Amino acid sequence: MFTKLGQIIAVALAINVGVQIPVAAQTPEPTNWPAVLDQARGQTVYWHAWGGDPRINDFIEWLGETAEARHGVRVQQVKLASTSDAVTRVLSERAAGQDSGGAVDLIWINGGNFAAMKSADLLFGPFAEALPNWRYVDVVGKPAVANDFTVPTDGLESPWAMAQLVFEHDSARLPNPPRSAAALLEWARANPGRFTFPQPPDYLGTTFLKQILIGVIGDARVLQAPVDPAQYTAQVAPLWRYLDDLTPHLWRSGRAFPANEPALAQLLADGEIALSFAFNPGRASAAIADGQLPDTVRSFVWQGGTIGNASFVAIPYNAAHQAGALVVANLLLDPEVQARAADPNVLGFQTVLNMDALDPVARARFDRLDLGIATLAPADLGPSLLEPHPSWMEQIAKDWSLRYGIAQ
Amino acid sequence: MNHALGWPHAAAWAKTVRLFCVMVLVVPIALGLWGMILPAFGVVPGLRAAGGASVALTLAPWRAVWQWPGLWEALWLAFLSGVGSTLIAFALSQAIVAALQGGRVFGLVMRLLAPMLALPHAAAALGLAFLIAPSGFLARLLSPWATGWQDPPDLLVLQDPWGLALMAGLVAKELPFLLLVTLAALGQPALRGRVLLAQSLGYGRTVGWFKTVFPAIYPQIRLPIYAVLAYAMTSVEMAAILGPTRPAPLAVQVVIWMGQPDLALRMQGAAAALFLLGAVLGALILWHFGARMVAHWARAWNFSGVRGLWAEGWLRGGMLAVVALGVVGMVVGLLGLTIWSFAGIWRFPDALPQTWSLGVWRDVWRGGGGLLSALGTTILIALGATLVGAILALAWLGARPKVAGTSPVLWLIYLPLIMPQVVFVPGLQTAALALGMQGGVVLVMATHVIFVFPYVVLSLCGPWQSWDPRLALQAAALGAGRVRIFWSLRLPMLLAALLTAAAVGFAVSVGQYLPTLLMGAGRVETLTTEAVALAAGGNRRLIGAYALAQIIVPVIGFAAAVILPGVIFANRRGMSRVAIGG
Repeated sequence: MFTKLGQIIAVALAINVGVQIPVAAQTPEPTNWPAVLDQARGQTVYWHAWGGDPRINDFIEWLGETAEARHGVRVQQVKLASTSDAVTRVLSERAAGQDSGGAVDLIWINGGNFAAMKSADLLFGPFAEALPNWRYVDVVGKPAVANDFTVPTDGLESPWAMAQLVFEHDSARLPNPPRSAAALLEWARANPGRFTFPQPPDYLGTTFLKQILIGVIGDARVLQAPVDPAQYTAQVAPLWRYLDDLTPHLWRSGRAFPANEPALAQLLADGEIALSFAFNPGRASAAIADGQLPDTVRSFVWQGGTIGNASFVAIPYNAAHQAGALVVANLLLDPEVQARAADPNVLGFQTVLNMDALDPVARARFDRLDLGIATLAPADLGPSLLEPHPSWMEQIAKDWSLRYGIAQ
Repeated sequence: MNHALGWPHAAAWAKTVRLFCVMVLVVPIALGLWGMILPAFGVVPGLRAAGGASVALTLAPWRAVWQWPGLWEALWLAFLSGVGSTLIAFALSQAIVAALQGGRVFGLVMRLLAPMLALPHAAAALGLAFLIAPSGFLARLLSPWATGWQDPPDLLVLQDPWGLALMAGLVAKELPFLLLVTLAALGQPALRGRVLLAQSLGYGRTVGWFKTVFPAIYPQIRLPIYAVLAYAMTSVEMAAILGPTRPAPLAVQVVIWMGQPDLALRMQGAAAALFLLGAVLGALILWHFGARMVAHWARAWNFSGVRGLWAEGWLRGGMLAVVALGVVGMVVGLLGLTIWSFAGIWRFPDALPQTWSLGVWRDVWRGGGGLLSALGTTILIALGATLVGAILALAWLGARPKVAGTSPVLWLIYLPLIMPQVVFVPGLQTAALALGMQGGVVLVMATHVIFVFPYVVLSLCGPWQSWDPRLALQAAALGAGRVRIFWSLRLPMLLAALLTAAAVGFAVSVGQYLPTLLMGAGRVETLTTEAVALAAGGNRRLIGAYALAQIIVPVIGFAAAVILPGVIFANRRGMSRVAIGG
């Protein structure tokens, strides 16, 4: 029996060696790119990214194959239920005194999570502007790539996709969808139970609240500064008035809410709701191509525009494989990778690159893309509204939970 | 008895083994609890002053929980769904055994027990959700011809504020377990013939069983019931899939808070977890005294001489209906999952998809979606945890010849099953981190042992104890030593039971969600963690594929336990039969 135990321990140790992370080598210097590439070779980058969408997971897998082929860097996606899990992990590691060799190498991040990590000094960098592919990024045309929910990125995160809120409807069942907050309320009254939003503090659900808030607050410029507690109650009162009117006419009379974006999408696919929305203008076309939505679904935006922002990647200060993470962040800005992400058959994400900065071959990759049957042309997307300061998102999500998230 | 077999150090050896096994159970739970108590009072282990948070003792987390407006609702939900589902599952299990034992349907129930036990909670919840949602399989089968629904009705069936869907899922999952432990308790020779005796006195089979057998059974299955009650009050994955969200039952809220980057919220989560533990203890005490009151009241009924023959037919018919509902529900639920995994476009009132697609399975085959690697990790962890758990269980049973029905030792074995995972596993994660242990496959495996070991012991102790010790005496008289008796007599004779117990342990490991998620630092992807993550995502095709894989793996374990003894002992009739639970 003891030899058997010995064998088990030996096996356990052997597995453990494979899992354990070697203590980090010296910190990479992003400006010395050849050295970064050297150091990165052979590393496995643990990319903590929301894992709820198989298309995104497949894209990350493809990216890993590309990174391995080009630079000898493997990518392992750690599929998160919520990005805050990764922030928590880094925070726990710092609390335990683990300042190097951390488990998180790269995080798909933006908004409040970035603001939290930046203010707590949990990030490696600045590095973004030192990446070789930074020269392609459209800093002028897409200011959101350097200003994340009004917080300057200061090179501590690198953008990889643009997103804008678009609404989706099945044109066969609902030919003329409501195109403003007021029209939505009127339509919901006439068609109760056919609209809902993911339960805040879910990201998309809270984005919907912000979209309403921008429409009803009067002077939307106050949203660009942090919440002023003295003014807040009066400022958001119109939002709660609107929701008090809308909630009884929601799906399940507002007594249950879908958990997140894919759950909302499934409700549209099942015909439980007639109107949905997503933070990705290409999503509907992609889902049609996948056979998940009927080909009569179309996307549209509201009059006056919808909220838009950028997705980033950031590297924790204690990441075990910072050089590898830098290589992956740079690879995400590669025109070929960006064109693949923009392909509606892959992700349908909007690029962060400046078309004028690309050479003709790279540009042709984007021009060739068929955006898909349900995707609006860039000109039809309308104005992209600025994200409010993260404190707004946090505060209204919290207040929504108190007002509507707890059954009375 | 150890001395009787002439093994000089037997007593010392047995003591060491017992101590080691107790440590395996108690140390992680104590560490985990400590890792929750500290943050609940504002102390985060290992936090440096530079972290900015206060390290002083404080009651602030408790105040925050107390002031959270959803507290009573969330607590009430946990209590209602926990006690309600346990009560229903308990009553049904006893009534099924009483009314159907010995009949042909009962044989079917026994055969279905293993696969139903193997069904992981998450997969069961997903199958149920697909079945009963307003746009689910049942509504599709009945629409529009019977219901007139062209669009899914706006009905609050899943995630209902009363937790009915959650209770249904919990009952479906706990009923097989309670049936199993009841059957194991029925194995005592003293109970044989009691029903016959009652019948000879003019009682019906069912009422006779309740009056003569049940009072002897209940003390035997009390601890399993407590485990079920504690689990049902604190289940995370089932509650997340089927339970209400405004607010969610307290266990789900604890996991949400513990996952927040804000330290204050995590401390609040720790305090809420301890609050939940208090509620579980309260419910257990309530159950305990409730049972005594019922016993007191029932004594009069027991000796009243009431035959209650009128109830026999009703009970038998009712239990047949329950079994039929369970079997049909399981089959249709599995069918729904299977169809979804092959579905293309499947619009609402259609009973079958408009288009079919092999897309998901093709992706899986190509290694996309991570199912194959999750499958490998799941099997690796389950095999490792089961091997260690089975060795520990054999050592434990070998070192402790007797496990009485209500001894404090049995409480120890049940400790990991009664102590809610959500109360100590997050603390265990903190403790592991503070001790410098990296989350990974080995840590997950080790944590699974805490849960696999008790189940293997419980499944094995019946057959182990009913093994006739005179065989050992005879072998010893023929000159065999203790070691040889174990390896060439007792183990082969108990191989079928051991393999079945191992299959139970394997299934337990496959189904673990919270320990895998937390101790694996999010990096260890098993079928269960992936299925729960996907369930939040809502891609039904992929969910269907994962849930099927999650069901098939433990069923293969049980199939192996059934087939292997027959293969190994092909030339020894009588040693190739399987015993579930004894």
